[in-house]
Amino acid sequence: MHIPDGFINGATAAGFGVAAAGGLGAAIRQTGKYLSERQVPLAGLVAAFVFAAQMVNFPVVSGMSGHLLGGVLAAVLVGPWAGFVVLSVVLFVQSLFFADGGLTALGLNIVNLGFLGAVGGYAVYRTLLRLLPKRSRSTVLAAGIAAGIAVPLAAMGFVLQYAIGGTSDVSLQVVFTAMMGTHILIGIGEGVITAMVVAAVVSSRPDLVYGVAEYTGLRTEAMT
Amino acid sequence: MSGNNRRFLLGGIVVTLLVAVVVTQFSSSDPDGLEYVAEQEGFADTAEEHDLTEGPLADYTTDVTSNSRANTAIAAVAGVGLTLIIGYGVFWLARRSNRSRPESTTR
Repeated sequence: MHIPDGFINGATAAGFGVAAAGGLGAAIRQTGKYLSERQVPLAGLVAAFVFAAQMVNFPVVSGMSGHLLGGVLAAVLVGPWAGFVVLSVVLFVQSLFFADGGLTALGLNIVNLGFLGAVGGYAVYRTLLRLLPKRSRSTVLAAGIAAGIAVPLAAMGFVLQYAIGGTSDVSLQVVFTAMMGTHILIGIGEGVITAMVVAAVVSSRPDLVYGVAEYTGLRTEAMT
Repeated sequence: MSGNNRRFLLGGIVVTLLVAVVVTQFSSSDPDGLEYVAEQEGFADTAEEHDLTEGPLADYTTDVTSNSRANTAIAAVAGVGLTLIIGYGVFWLARRSNRSRPESTTR
């Protein structure tokens, strides 16, 4: 879901560019506060993994594919703010070196995949953890469901941007319906992949997973 | 860093490279969600060509070999390396800048 140049007018793209730059600055500061030294290479690895995984398009319906966005995956592994930074780095590399995602659309894409996908998706994850039984397996389930919801959430970001500065005369309602319908389906793949990867990491190194500490904190709260 | 962490990171890099080199070969070439919607609803033509389509890695391929699968794998590995280096650098700086505040250190 990488917006090319031209879909959204320049003024809107520039506005979102400023918002994305401000958000990224704040995210980097927040990340610096909680990221431990041993998590620095892990966060770099998560970015590299999200890049590789985004290259893999899985078939969704005839004639349409989807690929992992990775916002919730990154946020659960290294925290929501580092997750925002991870997605920003991936989008930057894709746009600058791989001609994927417009250069002027970088801010639009960072807001959708980084802010809505990682930070927004993590808020969904946290809410789900409070609702689900206090078992460690819940982290995997919550990550999968949140990832599935984060995809239409990010697609909503595009619809909003289209409402503000879309350059075509296709009606907003048509774009909204089509984006929701397709991205709810893509979200299923996102949820499955995210749950699988989180399950693999949680089973081998739960101590490295940010989203597990969140769960442990909740459990401690519930017991006291 | 403990040996356990090193083992986990090495394992993670191996998995990432396997995704980049092997799994990408099975990637669907159908349009993704947004491209599909743009084509179906008729606003795909408002996309402008990317400014950097002449880059050596543009569109996730290279012209290093004459084999398209090998070219995809090379581009993928290059992307993994670039993302790893830039990501590591940004997170290293994020942590460092927080440590050294309020004194601003220039290299």
